[in-house]
Amino acid sequence: MLDFTRAELGTAGNPLKVAVVGSGPSGFYAAEALLQSRLTVEVDIIERLPVPYGLVRFGVAPDHAKLKSVTAVFQGIARDSRVRYFGNVTLGIDISIHQLTEMYHGVVVSTGASGDQRLNIEGEELEGVHAARDFVGWYNGHPDCASYHFDLSQEIVTVVGQGNVAIDVCRILSKSVDELRGTDIAEHALDALAGSRVREIHLVGRRGPVQAKFTSKELRELGTLEGWQPVIDPKDLELNAASLEELNNPNLANAKKNFEILKGFAEKPLDGRRPLYLDFLQTPVSLSGDHRLRAVTLERQRLEGDALNQVARATGERVVRPSGLLFRSVGYRGKEMPGVPFDDKRGVIRNKDGRVVDASGQRFPRLYTSGWIKRGPTGIIGTNRACSVDTVARLIEDLPMLEAARPGRNALTEYLGQRQQRVVSFADWLSIEQVELDRGRERKKVAEKLVSVSEMLAATDVAERAAA
Amino acid sequence: MPHVVTDNCNSCRYTDCVTTCPVACFHLSDERAYIDPEVCIDCSACIPACPVHAIVESIDLEPEQQHWIEINAREAKRYPVVSGKLPPLNGADARRSELGY
Repeated sequence: MLDFTRAELGTAGNPLKVAVVGSGPSGFYAAEALLQSRLTVEVDIIERLPVPYGLVRFGVAPDHAKLKSVTAVFQGIARDSRVRYFGNVTLGIDISIHQLTEMYHGVVVSTGASGDQRLNIEGEELEGVHAARDFVGWYNGHPDCASYHFDLSQEIVTVVGQGNVAIDVCRILSKSVDELRGTDIAEHALDALAGSRVREIHLVGRRGPVQAKFTSKELRELGTLEGWQPVIDPKDLELNAASLEELNNPNLANAKKNFEILKGFAEKPLDGRRPLYLDFLQTPVSLSGDHRLRAVTLERQRLEGDALNQVARATGERVVRPSGLLFRSVGYRGKEMPGVPFDDKRGVIRNKDGRVVDASGQRFPRLYTSGWIKRGPTGIIGTNRACSVDTVARLIEDLPMLEAARPGRNALTEYLGQRQQRVVSFADWLSIEQVELDRGRERKKVAEKLVSVSEMLAATDVAERAAA
Repeated sequence: MPHVVTDNCNSCRYTDCVTTCPVACFHLSDERAYIDPEVCIDCSACIPACPVHAIVESIDLEPEQQHWIEINAREAKRYPVVSGKLPPLNGADARRSELGY
């Protein structure tokens, strides 16, 4: 029966109720886009962990404090009276996607890329071979990674990848403990890094210096390390015709800047600092050792094809280099979640402009996606803002299809209450954060993060008792 | 090092930058955009977003572009924050091809 008494969706009396799953940048910017629409909205942000901010907390390196200050914007969004934060609630375990689409007019999945791309070469299962993202999660105090062990008694480390994560890994391995001590790096990482015996790092990638995905800002930083010197084989800077064409393409300004920085590195004589080799046009083809990694076999690559479409091809020329620790950083990858159409090849939720669709193109009603799980793990924090703004624009275009009444927040709260789920509110998060800041002050650090879910929950209990 | 909007923005004002800005640090006049250096977190997301390559990290400014640091700091205070995309100015596309992009 048509209900003629109900106000139009998105106006006072009939707010548009949206659940956003994930509290990283893409989730927060989806919430912000809803708040900035002219509609009356109610936005609930659902997060697997007790603590918010996703890769800003667990991905951005601890020595990039200015970048991390974007959390002030997220805090402003979370404190808006139309927004509610539901931490410690896992989609697919505590609540299903089907339940959410029954409760809300729209659901935006912004869960990011929580897996990683493997090298798929022999020996990848050896001890000492790690995903860069596990190392990143470890030094950033991610509860899933806090108990990991990285054998920093190894002297030669290989980092495979040509993006900013690979550079972050190199930088954290090469900065002195004194340079990192004041940041919010996890204490367990600082202790382990203090005993590091790493004296040689190879940053290895299959493409050339013009194609590498590093941002110039991160690359330049490698030239400012106290104890380490970036080293490049000048031969790697001899470009083929297609790469020269790319270098002179006005739309590839980052590549040009990178190339200038690399030339600057190559011109500096070795000065006795430890070497951080930037090895281009090489790819690992097998890893060897008894039970643990001892050596990496690398194969020289050659670029073929037209400008902008060059591919790295094996030349057959191989070298074996000793290395006891390897981090692969060849891309993050989204993980499939139950009941949500997934493109396994790309590692993203199947979608058309943020509207979730199945393999045949059929719409999944009320379901939307934004951020890395929508378009793959490219771009930085701000790129995800533009992405979430686009998705929310599609959701708002669909408003006439979303009209059927939805109970929203009340139903979610009631359901989680029945399950006796320990929901972490944003006020709870602020008390966790306070504990982290207090612990940091004692240690002369920006913050000392809590690294287990139980510690986080305990911190909210203490705060609640104090308030009672 | 703060990021600054330079000459190329004049008479274009595409505003692709403002949607990628995570901290809403762009201020718009009728003619162009400015970055508030006190709010910018130096993430560089806006640099590749600009169709006319108007945005530069100050460390990369040419000597003759240095004055843009001060202009951005001063003018950002005079104009309102804009955080959503607006249509480009009339003639923006003509100026873009003139600039060679």
